[in-house]
Amino acid sequence: MQRITIDPITRLEGHGKIEIFLDGDGNVANTYLQIPELRGFEQFAVGRPVEEMAVITNRICGVCPEAHHMAAAKAADAAYHVDPPRPAKLLRELLYSAFYCTDHTTHFYVLGGPDFVMGPDAPVAERNILGVIHKVGLEIGGKVIQMRKYGHTVIEMIGGRKVHPCTSIPGGISHGITEEQRAEIEGMGRWAIEFAQFSLGLFNDVVLGNDAYRDLILGDIYYHRTYSIGLVDENFKVNFYDGKVSVVDPNGKRIGKYAPAEYSDWIAEHVEPWTYLKFPYLKKIGWKGFVDGVDSGVYTATPLSRLNAADGMTTPLAQAEYEKFYAALGGKPVHHRLAIHWARLIELLYAAERWVQLATDPEITSDNFRTVPTATPTEGVGIVEAPRGTLTHHYWTDARGVVTRANLIVGTTNNYAPISMSISKAARAFIKQGTVVTEGLLNRVEMAFRAYDPCFGCATHALPGQMPLEVTVRSAGGAVVANLRQFC
Amino acid sequence: MSNNSQDSKPKFAMYWAAACGGCEIAVLNIHEGILDVDANFDVVFWPVAMDTKYKDVEAMEDGSITLCLFNGAIRNDENAEMAHLLRRKAKILVAFGSCACEGCIPGLANLYSKQAMLDTVFSTLTTDNPQGIRPQIAFQAPEGELSIPYLFDTVRPLDHVVRVDYYIPGCPPESPQIAAVVGLVIQALRGEAQLPPVGSVLGVGNSTVCDECPRKRSEKIITEFRRMATYQPNSTDCLLEQGILCSGLATRSGCQARCPSANMPCIGCYGPAAGVVDQGARMMSAVASVVGSNDPKEIERIMDGIVDPAGTFYRFSLPASLLGHARVG
Repeated sequence: MQRITIDPITRLEGHGKIEIFLDGDGNVANTYLQIPELRGFEQFAVGRPVEEMAVITNRICGVCPEAHHMAAAKAADAAYHVDPPRPAKLLRELLYSAFYCTDHTTHFYVLGGPDFVMGPDAPVAERNILGVIHKVGLEIGGKVIQMRKYGHTVIEMIGGRKVHPCTSIPGGISHGITEEQRAEIEGMGRWAIEFAQFSLGLFNDVVLGNDAYRDLILGDIYYHRTYSIGLVDENFKVNFYDGKVSVVDPNGKRIGKYAPAEYSDWIAEHVEPWTYLKFPYLKKIGWKGFVDGVDSGVYTATPLSRLNAADGMTTPLAQAEYEKFYAALGGKPVHHRLAIHWARLIELLYAAERWVQLATDPEITSDNFRTVPTATPTEGVGIVEAPRGTLTHHYWTDARGVVTRANLIVGTTNNYAPISMSISKAARAFIKQGTVVTEGLLNRVEMAFRAYDPCFGCATHALPGQMPLEVTVRSAGGAVVANLRQFC
Repeated sequence: MSNNSQDSKPKFAMYWAAACGGCEIAVLNIHEGILDVDANFDVVFWPVAMDTKYKDVEAMEDGSITLCLFNGAIRNDENAEMAHLLRRKAKILVAFGSCACEGCIPGLANLYSKQAMLDTVFSTLTTDNPQGIRPQIAFQAPEGELSIPYLFDTVRPLDHVVRVDYYIPGCPPESPQIAAVVGLVIQALRGEAQLPPVGSVLGVGNSTVCDECPRKRSEKIITEFRRMATYQPNSTDCLLEQGILCSGLATRSGCQARCPSANMPCIGCYGPAAGVVDQGARMMSAVASVVGSNDPKEIERIMDGIVDPAGTFYRFSLPASLLGHARVG
């Protein structure tokens, strides 16, 4: 059987690799997305004090360490049976909102955006952030750098460091902020709102204003009817830091909502022998393989799924965009995978508005930022929405608070099955009997997973270029028929 | 990047092995400084930023890459192959960040066997795995063979696998320190500065985190070790004097004491201080010297307050330490 190997695509704390097998006619028979690395945090968490999970597990990912820091801190709160005082929660969420702005910005401008701003078939040398800047102006490049700087400034002020923040501890946070810092944070947040609005405007002009892109977004290739999950507050509005996880079916019907401690009633993970990563699915529906539909437990945890799983946004500007989004795409739920890019920008606006809300809360500069735990620790689950999906940390401890067992279900992992399905569908659509495999093909296969902002593109957030992709077309005997590469 | 580069410029590469991506983010956080890199180097290989492939690197002449920043530890055979390849191609190979220098947090896996790690990961609470499936290096799928890299038994730092010219420690290295090192290399390439002796640790201070720490220090006499989980230290006095196990004493300066400044203990990410071979051993001897008792029973009681000695003292440096790994198997 002929095969096309895409190796490496890029990293998930290692490399991703795609194998595309062709049948005798040259049509796609099957595809495999393999994750070839494992570091085993669940093992070496054992023996460590549970309060250190917030600084140990953030080393899972240096792009979204804030998410691991928060999920681990919340799990440690729960393990110590302590509810942090309100100002501590505000400070954590403020850090987290600034982080979201930084993270979503880099994805849109560096990773996902170039496909649209430059076009899916633009020359590879131009289809990157530098191309975007050349096309839309240097000023925008400056804004992107400014947004990243502002986000990291807030992260460092509250979290102690720009990468791998360290300050969230059981019962709250290690220090507060001054009025002077608060005012600076508020100013940066107001700028972030304008930046988010500008970004939505750019998306509207460049992407939605282009019929070819609209067709691409609304077409069949990048489309899967799966379940959606996302964290919501008590009014079923999107929240990144706290709440319960809402689950809706492919028709948009809510089938339930679970608290962090109930996650194992809802989520299970399927194992395949050809990859180091597991495939989470909805336990109540069951694993039916790599298929979508109401009977398949495959779900997504993305910006789009968060909007699908919620009833709206708590901030006015983001709520208006939310309504516009569903009006334009034919109502809830939306399953067009490329619409994740649009949903991400709505979340960017929400995060910026939330940043200002939190920075102007009268309690944000309070000295009451810690309740020191007194209970004997036992077990705790913490959930936050990482930019790439619902993040669950679960620790069991002995009476001294030393971890005896751990379970982590990480952002991108949630989406492993749907990403695999999207790759498969795009490959089947573009690689057919007699097709000449071109560079444009590579990019369209890439676009299938790039929409998810997968963490195997973790640091690919950061600078020019695409996921590194190589496609080797081999004959059934293994000889190389064609070799295509992308260059920046 | 390469589309506006010139062949005459020195060539720059950055690679990650078993890593988290934080080192790449730290490099990007030099913000406009990244334009200096672009102006002075031809960036030939940087998976985060561009799509040059391993094959393209293999095709480069040996020694043709002027500067290669290598981050991440050596966890599997693919990491090791890339280390050897980039050693051949690079004139200056830098172990960049804690994973490449000392093994970092993922190096704590060396306290356990590889098999224990696989068994744990593939039997967690939510794992649906009644058949006890483990990932297979080579798997016969119906359509053909699928392969994934081989995991080594332990995590190793870069210099256990290849010769390293310089070290830039930190988890991740602080961005101003990165900018300063990049500036120095650019100057050296222009003949305006000397590169330091091979083997040097760059982007650091020459003392300990304690020497950069703004907290007030007096005599250290510890009668009880306390944990951040159940104690709120004051924000002005030395954390170790308050009973919090802070690794500043044994850890190299260079970060401006970021964590202690945020009312959290140093966790040791900058690796052993200058002249210190084994960060954990140094930390243990430092702790032993501040325990405020001569009574063996009382000493035992005080030391029992350290609930995770291996993880506390060797949090970032186990693979590079004299211990290396636990005896397992």
